[in-house]
Amino acid sequence: MNEQDSTPTGGEVTRTGEFGSGAVRLDQGHIVGDGGIPERFQNPGFPPHAVRGADLDEAAAKRAERIVGGLFVMSILGTLGFIVAYFAIDSEATIFIPGTGSTNAVHAVLGICMALSLLGIGLGAVQWAKTLMNDHEAVEERHPQRSADADRAKFVEIMSDGDRESQLSRRPLIKYALGGALGLFAVPVVLPLIGGLGPLPGDDLSVSFWNGEQEEDGSYPNEPLRLMRDPQNTPIKASEVTIGSVFHVMPEGLLDLEEHILEAKAKAAVIVMRLDPDDIKSQKEKDWGHQGIVAYSKICTHVGCPVGLYEQQTHHLLCPCHQSTFDVTQDCKVIFGPAKRPLPQLPITVDDEGYLISKGPFREATGPSFWERGSA
Amino acid sequence: MNALAARRRHPAAIAILLMLGLLVTGFAYAAVAPQPAKAETSSAEDVAAGKQLFQANCASCHGVNAEGRATGNGDKIAGPALAGVGAAAVDFQMGTGRMPMRAPAVQAPRGETQFTQEEIDKVGAYIASLAPGPAVPSEEDVDPTKGDPAKGGELFRVNCAMCHNFAGSGGALTRGKYAPSLEGVSGKHIYEAMETGPQSMPVFNDGNIAPEDKRDIIAFLKTIEDAPQQGGHALGSLGPVTEGWFAWFFGLGILVAAAVWLGQKSA
Repeated sequence: MNEQDSTPTGGEVTRTGEFGSGAVRLDQGHIVGDGGIPERFQNPGFPPHAVRGADLDEAAAKRAERIVGGLFVMSILGTLGFIVAYFAIDSEATIFIPGTGSTNAVHAVLGICMALSLLGIGLGAVQWAKTLMNDHEAVEERHPQRSADADRAKFVEIMSDGDRESQLSRRPLIKYALGGALGLFAVPVVLPLIGGLGPLPGDDLSVSFWNGEQEEDGSYPNEPLRLMRDPQNTPIKASEVTIGSVFHVMPEGLLDLEEHILEAKAKAAVIVMRLDPDDIKSQKEKDWGHQGIVAYSKICTHVGCPVGLYEQQTHHLLCPCHQSTFDVTQDCKVIFGPAKRPLPQLPITVDDEGYLISKGPFREATGPSFWERGSA
Repeated sequence: MNALAARRRHPAAIAILLMLGLLVTGFAYAAVAPQPAKAETSSAEDVAAGKQLFQANCASCHGVNAEGRATGNGDKIAGPALAGVGAAAVDFQMGTGRMPMRAPAVQAPRGETQFTQEEIDKVGAYIASLAPGPAVPSEEDVDPTKGDPAKGGELFRVNCAMCHNFAGSGGALTRGKYAPSLEGVSGKHIYEAMETGPQSMPVFNDGNIAPEDKRDIIAFLKTIEDAPQQGGHALGSLGPVTEGWFAWFFGLGILVAAAVWLGQKSA
């Protein structure tokens, strides 16, 4: 038993003066209240009605009228200005707007006129309602949601009549057959939605243009392809890739595709860099490169942005979307950011003419993870 | 012709033919051979004056003979060796005020140029005399009116936009480094930056982006710089960061103000 149990609750409220006098502020620490809580909070009702200037003073009302009228006139002028500007201003003309610089004149004037015309209507209507329209305050109770008992009884009667007349309860065969027919009819409605998601991807995500075109038996030729400059589409001599250089590369023949060029490019895009071979710490990276020239997939393993920001001094590759950072000296290991796996390396070498070629396709799927990754 | 035919067995004929063959081969090679880095015509006085300027202003970090210097603090480099960077690198670094660097930092910021173009050219001549490197491009190499801005835009979006932003407004790199804005940078300095790869920037040599392609990129940058804003204030062309900030701050602010005004009773 403690002191609080004696605190009156419920109906036995002992009023200690006016309600709320015992209220404490939060910064006063813990204070045991005096229990002056009413059983039911009273509806405070409306605040006292504030009489507006325009209701008392005809001059103020006149002034409000002029303001509202002026706002509507502003809207009219804005609209007229819009129409005039639309025809009068040359679409190539420019004007200088401080802070913005040289701006297309017709766009700027149309925007300003449109703003004036819309704001004029809106502000005028609100000002009118606030100053001049009747400010009588009223309460409209929401009507009860429950229907009247008579209506409810009538509804039940109609439903039972229908059931009796159609003999639905008496003839279960019809009942279940109809239920089955209607239920099954949902399938043709939903089926095109799921079927419309397209064919299954198959191994589409695991192979790229570097694998070559799929043969009849489902295998890939994996023939060497030249590395071509993007967007010039010219082959790259190994001697042109000096230390510190970065080349953005697409496979030879990609632009000859008849369709889905961008989809193919999105999987096959490659970035080529040349490092001092002594800086490369991974033997596999050296073996798959050519005299310090290494080629990596340009598609981030996080969500597939192009990893194009190469810092030639630190040899970091940075993804612009979520700042995943890959260390090119350590086989493009992730050293920062949300990416989970290193960038796949493309094995390269040079052909007889000294141009860079691939030594085979990517050994793993490029780009972000997917469920079947690694199993294909 | 008969006179020639008669002398074809002369003992000197073989020697003359050999001489002729060698001459033709020599000239032909000279005509088609890949040109080594263009050597600027600079006098010995320029080189000497450049060396003096270098030793007075640059040697404290780059070493008395531009051989580079370590800080003695771990493996940190105070200034890299400069043999082979060429006059283009000197013109870029000093012409944009990045060098001499004011304070050690992750990156030398663009600043006020502290030397006249003549002094910079002299230092460039000295550095170029150490080892061949890229030369300062000619006026014609960087003339935006001679370039194709559409092709330059395509090249820019593949090779440059990931760091320097689609509109050349620059962007962040790792650990405090950044790709600077390209607005207001002269065509010459853009060309030199591509050719020499200053600081974090990779090198885009002539084998990667041909000189005409570099000029196209310069033409593209000048075109977007001079183009009027079609849709009003571009908010720095920085994309969602400034645009989102503007929408939250002003858009939401105006909505809140309107809601307060609507809910207020008229006096």
